[in-house]
Amino acid sequence: MRFRRRFVRARNGTYSVRLDEHERRLLGSLPGQLASLVEAEPEDPWLQRLFPTAYPKDPEREEEWRLLMSVDLHDRRREQLSTLAQTAAATTLTEDELHGWAQALNDLRLYLGTRLDVSEETDHDDLADDDDRQLFILYTWLGLLQEETVAALSEAL
Amino acid sequence: MGPVATTAPVEVQRPEVEDVTVPDVPWIVIVWNDPINLMSYVTFVFQKLFGYSKDKATLLMLDVHEKGRAVVSSGTREEAEVDVFRLHEHGLWATMEKDGVGREGTG
Repeated sequence: MRFRRRFVRARNGTYSVRLDEHERRLLGSLPGQLASLVEAEPEDPWLQRLFPTAYPKDPEREEEWRLLMSVDLHDRRREQLSTLAQTAAATTLTEDELHGWAQALNDLRLYLGTRLDVSEETDHDDLADDDDRQLFILYTWLGLLQEETVAALSEAL
Repeated sequence: MGPVATTAPVEVQRPEVEDVTVPDVPWIVIVWNDPINLMSYVTFVFQKLFGYSKDKATLLMLDVHEKGRAVVSSGTREEAEVDVFRLHEHGLWATMEKDGVGREGTG
């Protein structure tokens, strides 16, 4: 079977997107689910990788950093996730939109990877729970997709 | 009056400045290894955000991956904060500290 690239850069700098309906539906709904979770449970430990510390050794500066930056970081996360959700059905993306996809796919993976407590060696069979195994399949698929967005974006560097 | 016999020639030597930058900008930005971020993505982010060559970005990524951390940029506190924010925006695990703090083994 010949490998078909999902994201192909055109001469004018836009990208054509080849995904099936099922994949597009997932990409249309997952970002909203994560955004709602961030809204509802900002302190959820599974979300912590989305909002890391800047000053781990300096609680005072960290506090100040959170006050100044966390709103902006939340805004940017929301934008990335909404770019993916809103363009999930598109057959052509601008470079900025595809960049947003790469970030949003990463956001989703950071959440799922933290929730599943993955290591670099984690394998499907390591997970005892059926739900976790399903999530791991999703996590792996998102990784493949992200890998392809990065390959496509790297052509423009 | 003839020319005065010269004594030993005065050697006008330029002090050897070897491009020493005074560390008046002592904040460093560190990216930490994590099992989730893809190696290709981390390399791409270093290229995109800092304008590093593919080779330099790849070496930094490998440092993160193999040594657990790498210093990816340095500057004033404000500059470091901008870099940390952009790295966080991209989901990388970045922190900042005053250069040398870690090595003094304080805390």
